[in-house]
Amino acid sequence: MSKTYYDPADLRKFGNITEWSEELGTKFFDYYNSVFQEGALTAREKSLIALAVSHTEKCPYCIDAYSKDGLQRGITKEEMMEAVHVGAAIKSGAALVHGVQMMNKVNKLDG
Amino acid sequence: MTKLKTQSLHKRESELANSNRQLEILSNGIFKTGELPKFKDKIAEIGHFPLRPKKLEILQINVGYMCNQVCEHCHVDAGPDRKEIMTKDTMKQCLEVIKNTGAHTLDLTGGAPEMNPNFRWFVEEASKAGIKDFIVRSNLTIIRANKKYYDLPEFFKKHNVHVISSMPHWTRGKTDKQRGEGVFDQSIKALQDLNAIGYGMPNSDLKLDLVYNPSGAFLPSDQASMEKDFKKALLEDFNIQFHNLFAITNLPISRFLDYLIASENYEDYMYALVEAYNPAAVANVMCTNTISVSWDGWLYDCDFNQMLDLKVASKVKHISDYNENLLNDRDIVISQHCYGCTAGAGSSCQGSVA
Repeated sequence: MSKTYYDPADLRKFGNITEWSEELGTKFFDYYNSVFQEGALTAREKSLIALAVSHTEKCPYCIDAYSKDGLQRGITKEEMMEAVHVGAAIKSGAALVHGVQMMNKVNKLDG
Repeated sequence: MTKLKTQSLHKRESELANSNRQLEILSNGIFKTGELPKFKDKIAEIGHFPLRPKKLEILQINVGYMCNQVCEHCHVDAGPDRKEIMTKDTMKQCLEVIKNTGAHTLDLTGGAPEMNPNFRWFVEEASKAGIKDFIVRSNLTIIRANKKYYDLPEFFKKHNVHVISSMPHWTRGKTDKQRGEGVFDQSIKALQDLNAIGYGMPNSDLKLDLVYNPSGAFLPSDQASMEKDFKKALLEDFNIQFHNLFAITNLPISRFLDYLIASENYEDYMYALVEAYNPAAVANVMCTNTISVSWDGWLYDCDFNQMLDLKVASKVKHISDYNENLLNDRDIVISQHCYGCTAGAGSSCQGSVA
């Protein structure tokens, strides 16, 4: 067994999850592939959203996959980093906005 | 001025300058252990082994490996230090073939083909043969490299040459990273020169197409989307227009193979090529409708096989013995690099094939 939880080579085996549950695995990949088709959003825009979410989810497989996907689509480093900052800003904002709850509580108890 | 990116493998005396060493690498490792299937077995699954030619459509002639650029991923290992240049005698042999071929496209490539001292004479003579589509693969910077080349756009126009040029990206950073400092600015000026005399303009018969190949260890995306992005950016930023964009996959040979190994991307890249294998692309790979001629007149199934010195498996192996019927009755020589032409939408010198 591997001594680490994450092995970059495991990303290549993602499709194998279908082997232990073909119906659900196939449904998942059909859904996944449909989501990333051109739609009201371009596939390029979706790739950048996926990259940002990969970071907020801290998923190393997804980061590898969507960094490469971005390069393949001609997305620049600057665009990728801005997308990551959007994700980071939402993460930090999501933490900070709870400061209002803290203020509410403090004001109620000691206002 | 442009600054050279690197030196050729030949100049560096790299072991990868030897085509046999490249073929060894492509046949061993993950392909020998069976971790990945060999190309031969993969196409046998769909009844395409041995791979056979269809009707000849494209005659591609490499007039020499000399180039004013030393691009990081060049499959020719071209550069200023390469002295392999087609002689006028070999060109004369090619002209005989051009006059009689059934191919509708003549495709001149290099190196920088314009650096061959007999290039203009050859174009003038070849254009008399009445071939439908006469392509010159120009790297663009050659047009700006020296005063003697400044009139190339006019020369191309005079002979109704179809210009196809490499452009790795619409941004300076990515282009210069792959092709050398200053290449982007010089390429932009050359494209503007070509546009100024009608090349690449909407409805113009003066065809100007661009070739995109990825700047690193990843595959090209959808050709149509890339073309849209290139057109938008080049028009908005530089008022440049062109006709088609051809997305070409980097094949794991020569300097790109050297780069893949040095950057520890070789195995992942081969996995990516095999995973993206598209059986629908196999029937239309370019070796099925192309003959590639080297600077010294030898015949190959494609420009990549030429660089690996895999000559055609035919009694006819040299331009001096050229016989189209005999040549068409051959098995195409393949190895693992061929996965580069069957990945995704497929790849050829004319872009996607599937």
